[in-house]
Amino acid sequence: MIRFDSVTKRYPDGTVAVDDLELVAASGQITVLVGPSGCGKTTSLRMVNRMIEPTSGTIWLDDEDTASMATHELRRRIGYVIQHAGLFPHKTIVDNVATVPFLLGTDKKRARSTAMELLERVGLPAHFAKRYPAQLSGGQQQRVGVARALAADPPVMLMDEPFSAVDPVVREQLQDEFLRLQQDLGKTIVFVTHDIDEAVKLGDQVAVLRVGGHLAQVATPAELLSRPVDAFVAGFVGRDRGYRALGFATAGTLSTRSEPTVATGAPLPTGSDDDWLLAVDGARAPQGWLDMRASAPAGATVTDGLLHRGGTLVTQGGSLRAALDACLSSPSGRGVVVDEGGALVGTITAAEVLELIEAREPEPRT
Amino acid sequence: MTVLAADGASSSPLHFVEYFLDHRSEDLGLLWSHTWLSVVPVIVGLLIALPLGWVARRHRWTYPPIMSITGVLYTIPSIALFVLVPPILGLDTLDPLQVPIALTVYSVALLVRVVADGLASVPDETVQAATALGFRPLERFFKVELPIAVPVIAAGLRVAVVSNVSIVAVAGTIGLSNLGQLFTQGFQLSTPDAYYPPIVLGIVLCVLLAVVLDSLVVLLNRLLTPWRRAVAT
Amino acid sequence: MATGGGDVIGDVVTWLTDPSHWTDTRFDTGIITQLLAHVRFCAMALLIALAIALPLGLFIGHTDRGRWLVAAANALRALPTVGVLVLLTVIISPQFQGRTDTGFLIPTVIVLVLLAVPPILANTFAGVQNVDPGVRDAASGMGMTGSQVLFRVELPISLPLIFSGVRSAALQLIATATVASYLPLGGLGRFIYDGLAQQDYPQMIGGGVLVAALALLTDLVLATVQRYVVSRGITGRYANERTAVPDSRLAVLPEAEVARG
Ligand SMILES: Nc1ncnc2c1ncn2[C@@H]1O[C@H](COP(=O)(O)OP(=O)(O)OP(=O)(O)O)[C@@H](O)[C@H]1O
Ligand SMILES: [Mg+2]
Repeated sequence: MIRFDSVTKRYPDGTVAVDDLELVAASGQITVLVGPSGCGKTTSLRMVNRMIEPTSGTIWLDDEDTASMATHELRRRIGYVIQHAGLFPHKTIVDNVATVPFLLGTDKKRARSTAMELLERVGLPAHFAKRYPAQLSGGQQQRVGVARALAADPPVMLMDEPFSAVDPVVREQLQDEFLRLQQDLGKTIVFVTHDIDEAVKLGDQVAVLRVGGHLAQVATPAELLSRPVDAFVAGFVGRDRGYRALGFATAGTLSTRSEPTVATGAPLPTGSDDDWLLAVDGARAPQGWLDMRASAPAGATVTDGLLHRGGTLVTQGGSLRAALDACLSSPSGRGVVVDEGGALVGTITAAEVLELIEAREPEPRT
Repeated sequence: MTVLAADGASSSPLHFVEYFLDHRSEDLGLLWSHTWLSVVPVIVGLLIALPLGWVARRHRWTYPPIMSITGVLYTIPSIALFVLVPPILGLDTLDPLQVPIALTVYSVALLVRVVADGLASVPDETVQAATALGFRPLERFFKVELPIAVPVIAAGLRVAVVSNVSIVAVAGTIGLSNLGQLFTQGFQLSTPDAYYPPIVLGIVLCVLLAVVLDSLVVLLNRLLTPWRRAVAT
Repeated sequence: MATGGGDVIGDVVTWLTDPSHWTDTRFDTGIITQLLAHVRFCAMALLIALAIALPLGLFIGHTDRGRWLVAAANALRALPTVGVLVLLTVIISPQFQGRTDTGFLIPTVIVLVLLAVPPILANTFAGVQNVDPGVRDAASGMGMTGSQVLFRVELPISLPLIFSGVRSAALQLIATATVASYLPLGGLGRFIYDGLAQQDYPQMIGGGVLVAALALLTDLVLATVQRYVVSRGITGRYANERTAVPDSRLAVLPEAEVARG
């Protein structure tokens, strides 16, 4: 657990970067600091490992006052990941990852074999180990940065915009892998980002800061989206927040209707009650919608080329947002519901999802 | 000043001004030939280095050989290059051209790399945009790439000019008439007792010359790159 | 008077290949002795300069205190070396009962050190300053002490620039040690200045050849040392990895490959 106890940082030039911050980052959870540029996120984060010394106040690591520890010992107990990774260009990937164990005097062979395991964990093939950072792409370097921070198995991790320097597709992969990793590791993580979507996706708890270093709101992502505490937070959280909040509301077991289907590879059916017919494969996994209004040559079979694949799927027990999106993105207007194994359960309409949304507990508006 | 002048034969280091006034025409002659030797080889060197640097940049395969050859030339100590130039070029052993040629070789060796680096500092987008606008290669070189490379080239010119002033003085030790002669004179006049004025005068004039030439390059750079000042302010 | 290019080169070759010129005789000091003397001055000056400039450059770069020292050292470069050499000789040599070798050696070494300090200092400083702030931040953020950051991260990353400073210092030393023979002091420059005085041009040019050869050889040796000391991660020579990795083009492979893994 990390606890900020009325922490203030005033830089020598008079800038107050963090103002009387009270915040608890619970053990085993991801606490995200989010806010506009210059609001003091980085400053708050770096005060935890004393890369920056607070002007006043105390930061507690479990029950120890961080100010009472030797800085290098404090830092060796805390993993630290920054934008662009900051890998050591003169060391191989495996030695980069093993840096802290080397500092702690761990036997070289053991440190390297642990490093190799970590590289695998963050999704880097073994042949990357002997390369140098310059031989890796930005996203790969960022994985190494995460592995390096994990090397000494620190209970606490500080991450400053670790995924912001890569393109959106890679960012999403890194975020998903990061969440999977955290599920296994259960570290106490403080994560800085200026991207509210990333904050809402990753955080167990999100702290919104405003310029001047004031804490505007601390809440779970769902609460933040549905009950922003003031206009600043509401504005920062953004326009689609109502819709995004649905991502945190489970739809429960959706009552679906059964949907007529056709198997891929089967002869093209003629005549149908509906304009759209759902195609499934041998395992009954939905493949796409067949447009029955389109004229097809006689004797044709259901092939990939004829299918409309635009629609998203919602897993039974998924969020209301996923359910609504499945309906809105489906060419037939019917959202496809699948089970955990990906097999078709049935379909649901947007009107039905809206009814579920209406039926939720009413929430105060801002 | 009048107090100093009264003490004509003083050997104090501070009396270099008086020494200068006493041998004014001779010393100005030395300064003039020193200046000439410091400046002309750099200009000729730049004129030779520009096309070479352009080739090295444009045809990638020529870069390594051009850089190794100029690197080797730059490695050879000045005094050795002075005495090696005549036999290699078939000149007389103490030909008046030997020192200017050697200095030009130095300037070329230094500036080729500078020109190539300067051209490399031109953003790729800029070159591509210029090409897309219809500039032909030579036109593009003179109107787009070269102007943008000026700051880097100017930095190299400053090094070339300042180090040339010191190297020309070395040529004085093998008999050329320039400010280096003042050191020889001072050294010879210092037996049995030290006689500082010509030595100090030589050092002061060399430093002044280096500072003036350096400032000229800086000034030229500012005149040639008005857009950089616009950004700076 | 005028000597054609062709026979001059022949005469120089004859002078250089005459075994009696290589060893000491009763009247003349041979090439080997002068070469050793030359190398001795330069090595001494280079070691002293390194002992001064390297720690100073690392300190100034690491702490960012005392930048003015670097600027001051750089300003030294405008001084004419010959002039400073003569000035110091005239000041110092009388202290040693007339013009003994020590009387010339000390000013020479001082000038050589003055000459070698600025490039080493400036490059070491620049090398440390140029280390990516993110890398430095990561290093101290993971718990390295100040000296660990300096010696495990900043120094190894600065090595290419430090080496180029040392190489340019060594070349200037060899060149200037030659000019030192203008004072009655040993070294390869002896052949140049004696040859000039005696109008023995093959000897003079032969001396030039020897100095050039020494400079080239020294640079080659330093370049080779640099190759082995500087990490391949910095120089970008990954040749060895090519054999370990099935396809060297993988080095620039986009994200997709890992994403699948
Ligand atoms: N060393 C410093 N000296 C003076 N002011 C500083 C210093 N470092 C940061 N600041 C100021 O403190 C405030 C907070 O900076 P900080 O780096 O914590 O912002 P941030 O929230 O991380 O912003 P960003 O999203 O742009 O990274 C800013 O106004 C910044 O200008
Ligand atoms: Mg920041």
